[in-house]
Amino acid sequence: MQLNDLYRDVILDHNRRPRNFGPLERATASVEGSNPLCGDRLTLRLRLDDESIGDIRFEGEGCAISTASASLMTEAVKGKSRSEALALFARVHRLLTEDDASVDEALGKLAALSGVREFPARVKCASLCWHTLASALQASEPLHLPAVSTE
Amino acid sequence: MMNLSAGHPAAPAAPPTLSAAPAAIPTAARPAASGFDVDAVRRQFPLLARSVHGKPLAYLDNGASAQRPESVIRAVDDYERHHHSNIHRGVHTLSGEATQLYEDARDRVVGFLNARSRHEIVFVRGTTEAINLVAQSHARSTLRPGDEVLITHLEHHANIVPWQIVCDQTGATLVVVPIDQNGEVHAEQVEARMSSRTRILAMAHVSNALGTVLPVRRLVASARARGIVTLIDGAQAVPHIPVDVQALDCDFYAFSGHKLFAPTGIGVLYGREALLERMPPWQGGGDMILTVAFERTTYNGLPHKFEAGTPNISGAIGLGAALDYLQQLDLPTAHAHEHALLDYASSRLAAVPGLRIVGQARDKASLVSFIVAGIHPHDLGTILDQDGVAIRTGHHCAMPVMTFFGLPATARASFAFYNTFDEIDRLVAGVHRAKAMFA
Repeated sequence: MQLNDLYRDVILDHNRRPRNFGPLERATASVEGSNPLCGDRLTLRLRLDDESIGDIRFEGEGCAISTASASLMTEAVKGKSRSEALALFARVHRLLTEDDASVDEALGKLAALSGVREFPARVKCASLCWHTLASALQASEPLHLPAVSTE
Repeated sequence: MMNLSAGHPAAPAAPPTLSAAPAAIPTAARPAASGFDVDAVRRQFPLLARSVHGKPLAYLDNGASAQRPESVIRAVDDYERHHHSNIHRGVHTLSGEATQLYEDARDRVVGFLNARSRHEIVFVRGTTEAINLVAQSHARSTLRPGDEVLITHLEHHANIVPWQIVCDQTGATLVVVPIDQNGEVHAEQVEARMSSRTRILAMAHVSNALGTVLPVRRLVASARARGIVTLIDGAQAVPHIPVDVQALDCDFYAFSGHKLFAPTGIGVLYGREALLERMPPWQGGGDMILTVAFERTTYNGLPHKFEAGTPNISGAIGLGAALDYLQQLDLPTAHAHEHALLDYASSRLAAVPGLRIVGQARDKASLVSFIVAGIHPHDLGTILDQDGVAIRTGHHCAMPVMTFFGLPATARASFAFYNTFDEIDRLVAGVHRAKAMFA
């Protein structure tokens, strides 16, 4: 278990300069994610054009793992269909929680999250934004959802 | 006569060698030797000898829970091996032994707090249960709509939520005294909020999130002069400050065993006898009754009226052993050592660029809450853990304090007398390492 396996350069970079960070006009879904015990809090907003994610942005504050995970996620799912994004959520979930989950090229930069599973206390940080996304994509009224937590 | 001495063994003799000699570290900034033999004390706490991620453990999370000395571990072990039975019940030998060990532990608490009698010492699960007991028994049976319960802004959730619940139940109002930017509670501000409707003042002795020591003596005197019942949450105070409930003159004082080198699941509510007598039971069951009939049940006397069901017997015995341990320690010197650790940690951390200490009260107990610009406390906690340095990160069950300072969380290093200046150096080195990583 190595610290630089958790804090890879991609993670540190996305923590320093989170992509798709800020408010989103004309959002069709807005969901809060909150892990109050450790102080991670994010608001995820997205706009669905037909069945695909036309735009997605997030705001909030959190640790490097939760911030980078949200930043990487928004890059990965933008332009994807609802079902493609949910399939990616399932793969990332396995990557974070299953020791034998494979890291293939299709994951792209998201592979940087594979170090998190060696730090069980931090899995909830990386998975918060993904559960928040899944909640937004699966809801029938995605502007009035209860906050999501992974604690 | 049965021999119960094995239940309270003296502290073990120190082994001849320490596994790892302390590294040579510049000592210029450290206070002169205090005469406190911290190495000898550390040898009495077996857990402190372990390593974490291949590094010697530096346990700086004592505010969350302290480690146990060998004598406490042995007392619990001895009880489990030789004396366990249920208490206050059987005529057989074991029940008598267990009862005596349990009640002996209560007598040690009487001495530790300088209570007037054993009737004033109720064993509970911890500080949280003690406060809930007072809220649901004393407060619920006496508060009327419009009455006020006074607390401060720096309370632990355990000294907020029980009062919110009982205020909801009775129509009373919770009044919160503000803190200042240093994390201090000003006595005048508390007194200014004491009104003719104030019935209860509940406050921490020491803030778990900020380290602030509250002016409890003055505030208890002010409250008593107005007929206000006082409760002090002593969870963070008992390991660091001598407590004399008669000198404090408070009505209730609560603390947890596990922050005082005893097991988890045992704690103490001290209550003024006259008040406890008037209070209704808060839980019904065995041990708290004298007679039970379907028409009418009569309650047991103090303190058993508040101890329904089989209690945490081994925990109480462990607590008694912890108090014995503290008694044989030179406490004034131990506390002076803790203060030297606090001063050293505060000055070394304050010198780190970008680091801000949260909670700068003039009178502080032995903990430092801090944030580092650009590094979330959770990341700092993980990085320090890789160095074997254990600190707490998060909101410390004091979310209103975090909200006041506009922070989601802080990192907190909290010290016991067994901590060393070397461990603080490792904490500071870890902070520098995290800064380099996140730069």
